[in-house]
Amino acid sequence: MSSDPFRRGRRSTHAALAAHGEAWVWLTGGCLALALAMIIGLLGYIVSEGVATFWPKPLESIELADGRRVLGEETERDKAPDGSGRRLIRTANFELTGKHFEWFADGEVKATTRPAEATVVERLEGGRFHGFPSRLLHGGEVIAAGSKEAWRAFGEHHPFVRRRWRQAWRIDKVDRGVLQRKLRAARLAVVRAELAGGPESPARAAAVEAEKGVAAAVEAEERALDGRTAELRAGNEGWGLEFTTAAGETVLLPLAEIVRAWQPNRLSLRERLGVYVSRWGEFLGDDPREANSAGGVFPAIWGTIAMTLIMALLVAPFGVLAALYLREYASRGPLTAAVRIAINNLAGVPSIVYGAFGLGFFCYVLGGSIDELLFRPALVADGQPTFGTGGLLWASLTLALLTLPVVIVATEEALSAVPNSMREGSYACGASKWQTIRRIVLPRALPGIMTGLILAMARGAGEVAPLMLVGVKKLALDLPIDGTFPFVHPEREFMHLAYLIYDVGFQSPNSQAAKPMVFTITFLLVAIIALLNVAAIWIRGRLRRRYVSQQF
Amino acid sequence: MSTPPPPAEPRTPTSPAGAAVDRLAVVAAGGQVPAEIHERVRQTPAVLEIDHFNLWYGTKQALHSITMPIPHGKVTALVGPSGCGKSTLLRSVNRLNDLVPSVRISGEMRLNGDPIYDKRMDVIELRKRMGMVFQRPNPFPMSIYENVVYALRIDGESRRAVLDEVCERSLRGAALWDEVKDRLGESALGLSGGQQQRLCIARAIAAEPEVLLLDEPCSALDPIATGKVEDLIQELRGLYSVLIVTHNMQQASRSSDYTAFMYLGRLIEYGPTTDIFTKPVLRETEAYVTGRFG
Repeated sequence: MSSDPFRRGRRSTHAALAAHGEAWVWLTGGCLALALAMIIGLLGYIVSEGVATFWPKPLESIELADGRRVLGEETERDKAPDGSGRRLIRTANFELTGKHFEWFADGEVKATTRPAEATVVERLEGGRFHGFPSRLLHGGEVIAAGSKEAWRAFGEHHPFVRRRWRQAWRIDKVDRGVLQRKLRAARLAVVRAELAGGPESPARAAAVEAEKGVAAAVEAEERALDGRTAELRAGNEGWGLEFTTAAGETVLLPLAEIVRAWQPNRLSLRERLGVYVSRWGEFLGDDPREANSAGGVFPAIWGTIAMTLIMALLVAPFGVLAALYLREYASRGPLTAAVRIAINNLAGVPSIVYGAFGLGFFCYVLGGSIDELLFRPALVADGQPTFGTGGLLWASLTLALLTLPVVIVATEEALSAVPNSMREGSYACGASKWQTIRRIVLPRALPGIMTGLILAMARGAGEVAPLMLVGVKKLALDLPIDGTFPFVHPEREFMHLAYLIYDVGFQSPNSQAAKPMVFTITFLLVAIIALLNVAAIWIRGRLRRRYVSQQF
Repeated sequence: MSTPPPPAEPRTPTSPAGAAVDRLAVVAAGGQVPAEIHERVRQTPAVLEIDHFNLWYGTKQALHSITMPIPHGKVTALVGPSGCGKSTLLRSVNRLNDLVPSVRISGEMRLNGDPIYDKRMDVIELRKRMGMVFQRPNPFPMSIYENVVYALRIDGESRRAVLDEVCERSLRGAALWDEVKDRLGESALGLSGGQQQRLCIARAIAAEPEVLLLDEPCSALDPIATGKVEDLIQELRGLYSVLIVTHNMQQASRSSDYTAFMYLGRLIEYGPTTDIFTKPVLRETEAYVTGRFG
């Protein structure tokens, strides 16, 4: 650059701009800003929609020009093709009207009010109910009459009814399951004895005797359970809340069928929050109901986390060892280069192909062989495969295979970033190659390997297509890891949040009602992946402080 | 400098001072010249004998028929301009060059009589008999304590008392004990550059090596750290047989007993340090050590 001020003035602005390089700053910064805007926009949309799902919205009583009255939540507002405004109202009461939602043009609506007694009822079956409480009944008796009184009495009695219902439900789900397993174990023992010694063997006769004993004991216990559930259900019998709908019909809802009810138009902020938290609690901690479009997603959360962690446990050693050989032992040559290219290409194979491979090889070949060898009695007795069908283990293995290239590539990068001077220092101390790798190279490369694992986990947790083939089901309430022996059940089918998004969003009979759930599930999945990543990043940060930071 | 210069320097008749032929020019032209090795080098028993040693990187020859004994218990410095093969020679001694795929060698080296390049020689056992310190400090990603006892650990030593004793002795030997004795469990990567290099020396002497190889140990250090490491080399004198590569003439003249001048893969002159620096046989050596060339 010349120091002559006169010459500088003569330079063209074009040259000055290029020389300063500011155009490039703007270009690069602009690209980053665009990418950020898209990411933040997408995440922001998911979060805002997902978080709002459980917030109680006001109920509007709408009087139509034709004299009809409906009670519902406004869920959408847009313009009809002719340009006039219209609203989508969640009218609920499917059993009366045959629909969950209805569009109303602004011109049809005569008046809109928000009556204080308007009540939203979430039921076990049949979707929501909107109406005004009129009487609380027990047996033939009226416990409370009048809107206010009935609502107050409902608040008093509903928790007890609900508790009894839960107890009965638990007995049916857990205790009866234990009995069934006992019975099945005894039956399998008979089959096992028959397979071992033939149909006439004394071992089989003994097993048959034992089975009879077990069956008798189970039947006795079953009867005791029947007694208890019958008692609990009898306690709930006759309790009902009578509603009047906006159209004037009278409907009696059994109290045991009501999951929760609230009157949104007169909730204070604190009560609103209470409803909100309680609905979130149900969402996170309960089983789904109504074809997954209501209730909770707990089995799916559990399945997602279990599968992701097992996948990470499987892919980490496998990928790291493969990368170690490739980087530390294999001689540089065309063969190594070809292997490396092949691994990179594996990352581009469509994931459904992995799913098909997992089903064909893991489930049918590997699982089939395991069944033949170890679970033959179950195969003979039930005609059902144990490992020879989709399950948690096979799904995790399939995803481990899918994410293997990510881990191998990241590990190779991390290994090549270990300074050669460290390796030489170790060799000079008389260490063998393996000692050098184990004590120097691997610890030093660990943070980089963790990065690969983080990427693999994020990729694996969001996969859907291969999982549909190798073990994810629409509904699987038996958790793959639970309190019954042997606690981990790798052969069980499971639920997965990413699949649930597809199922609830596109396979639901009541898709309009399921839509907010889709956002909430997506939000939850993103949050879980973020949480897993934050945990892994935290571990990586600790490792990095310990092994990599070099002060100079 | 431990040996005073003798009154009458025996000069070999093959190369009288001021000979007409310029050996460096001959070498640069690809020719071979006989090395000028002073008699007094051979008077001390050798810990390491290098015998007609050649080394090629692929087709390029890096070392040309080097023959030199390394005296026992003394500090021997290798000097010469960049690329003259000093470091290659050093790395050949503990066979670190084996890790470079294209390297070929011929000739022999013997450590206390054992042939280093013999087929039956176990490289790992061989390296355990030597210690090496590199240009840049290369502490391992572990604690200070584990760094020092690394050589013992890989040998399977796990008795705490033995390890503790070796750790303290080595760190004291490397003049680092007082600085780190209260934080032996902390990461070695948190030390300063000079401390790291002294830690590497401690690591190298932990296994009581027969030869200590130092490859420009001060080139990555600041002057104060360099001074400390040089003082340390002075203290190691007499305790260990040290072979040190250096670019720094003052360092060579201050801290070594013998000095070898190398040029383009050849050994040019080798003798007691005082002689090499004050009255070398060859004027080429004189030109180099006085800084007129190189």
